[in-house]
Amino acid sequence: MATNTRFLNLALRNGRFKTSVILVVFVVLFAVVGPMIRGADPQAIVGGPYQGPSAKALLGTDNFGRDELTVLMYGTRTSLEIGVVAGIIAVIVGVVIGTLAGYYGGIFAEILMGFTNIVITIPSIIILILLSIALGTRSTFAMGVIIGVTSWPWTARAVAAQTSSLRTREHIDIARLSGAGDLSIILSDVVPYVLSYIGMAFSLQLASAVLTEAGLSLLGLGPSNTISLGILLQWALLWEAVRQGIWWTFVPPTILLALVSFGLLLLNSSMDELYNPRLQQQKGAA
Amino acid sequence: MRSTLGRYIVNKVVWYLAAFLVAVTLNFFLPRLIPGNPVDMIISQFMRGGGSGTGADKMYKAFVAEFGLDKPLLGQFLTYLGDLFRGYLGKSFSLFPAPVTDLIRQALPWTLSLQLPAILIGWIVGNVLGAVAAYKRGIFDKTLFVSSLAMSSVPYYAFAIILLYLFAVLIPIFPAGGGYSFGTMPSFSFAFMGDVLSHYTLPFFSLLLISIGGQAVGMRSMAIYELGSDYVNYSVGLGVRESRVLSFVFRNAMLPQISGLALSLGTLVGGALITEVVFSYPGLGTLLFNAITSNDYPLIQGVTLLIVVGVLLANFLVDIAYGYIDPRIRAARTGER
Repeated sequence: MATNTRFLNLALRNGRFKTSVILVVFVVLFAVVGPMIRGADPQAIVGGPYQGPSAKALLGTDNFGRDELTVLMYGTRTSLEIGVVAGIIAVIVGVVIGTLAGYYGGIFAEILMGFTNIVITIPSIIILILLSIALGTRSTFAMGVIIGVTSWPWTARAVAAQTSSLRTREHIDIARLSGAGDLSIILSDVVPYVLSYIGMAFSLQLASAVLTEAGLSLLGLGPSNTISLGILLQWALLWEAVRQGIWWTFVPPTILLALVSFGLLLLNSSMDELYNPRLQQQKGAA
Repeated sequence: MRSTLGRYIVNKVVWYLAAFLVAVTLNFFLPRLIPGNPVDMIISQFMRGGGSGTGADKMYKAFVAEFGLDKPLLGQFLTYLGDLFRGYLGKSFSLFPAPVTDLIRQALPWTLSLQLPAILIGWIVGNVLGAVAAYKRGIFDKTLFVSSLAMSSVPYYAFAIILLYLFAVLIPIFPAGGGYSFGTMPSFSFAFMGDVLSHYTLPFFSLLLISIGGQAVGMRSMAIYELGSDYVNYSVGLGVRESRVLSFVFRNAMLPQISGLALSLGTLVGGALITEVVFSYPGLGTLLFNAITSNDYPLIQGVTLLIVVGVLLANFLVDIAYGYIDPRIRAARTGER
């Protein structure tokens, strides 16, 4: 309990942490509460094509005359959904492989990490392109799964390294001596120690998944029959909105992509600062 | 000592061959998982485009024979491996009967001449800026750090779109896309070179600035870490000249940056795909994009294979170079300490 209040104090004094939380909360509210307030069907036609921002349509309309602000909210929501699915899958696969390899060690770890290294070595964009093509049509969930199953190796590697250093700690020996099974040791004596890292890994995986989705969409491999931030950018390029200077079709999605990734990167680095006493000292000394 | 290095290299060769084999297998099998066969899709597109029935029939037979789709899958895979070995990547669907290798050969120089300078210059400038920021701290560091972080969190393709809008549409000083002006013939004249250069500027800077940002952030944190380490305190305590201490710091902080450079050279072929799409730049990215939108599987597979080979080769060379440079790494990786 005492550590929790200390942590909270540190967190509240850390400007970067506060900024990042505000950014992330803003984006989430925009994507989750926004569509509820607007309530409108994102596909509804509200005006002529490519009308500039006005009181009626705050961010103007797109090439079909749909309201850009509504479309943007739904797009952000889809992107975050893809990011969350991908992040959860990547973290679960990464933590399972990482803790197993780190805890058991030996030939078992060699095999698991060998597999991980092969997946790391093959550029993930290639596997993503091939998987997307193999699927043909891609739902929001499928996009998340595709991105998740290609992005876990870094998490696995880091968790394996941390777990293998934990393995020789005394509290693990004590648990083993008192007759606890491997699974119970992993769940109650290993995972809690890497929990802060898992949270940080999730924020990074989420951010990179949102950006990956946008990249795939620009290559023509985005989610089918839905709107995401990447799909919005792809439309802007495909229908020459960029070259016609219709800035409200591509500047807002770009800003949201940047907010998501900047907010989560900042959150990650400030969490690192909070959990890592060495960085705090450095900051105090500087 | 020699035998350790020999074993290390053999280990690496086996390793990368395994990764290559996995990649080739995925490259072959994944596109074949599409419901139906790829030829059906091409033919139905052709029919929708107003193609004649007999034409479609002829095309179907040609494609099936070309792709070997009438043979069992394992047989197809072996044929594919054999073809790869001979450097044959099949014929393009959408630009039939152009061989995939020819299309790649036309696109590759565009991509390389865009990426190579952007990576090298970005690496040099980024490292110098990062090191200076770490040393000077204060306002210079704050400005550089925040702007680099902001730069590296804007995805490179989004940045490309913004640049395209700002400098080709809003202030039209550069062309809005392509590798050279429509209607000009590629030649070695000054006029054509100037034309190419003006088309080159925007995609180049969009890659360069992002690369500077990423490198500067990495170098800064490495240098700050080194500046706080014991050997620096010790040297300062001994009264070693500041410039000398800084040279130690710089050299130590550079090590991971060098492997970073090698790894980004691995993305030489595949790192700018979307930038090229944004600027319709006639490199591999645009080629891949067109192949994807026209379901041109042999072409897609050719491009993805080339990217995989590029990355694996770069990683392999880095590992081998490290084996020669750093005895610690060599020992650790062969499992000896």
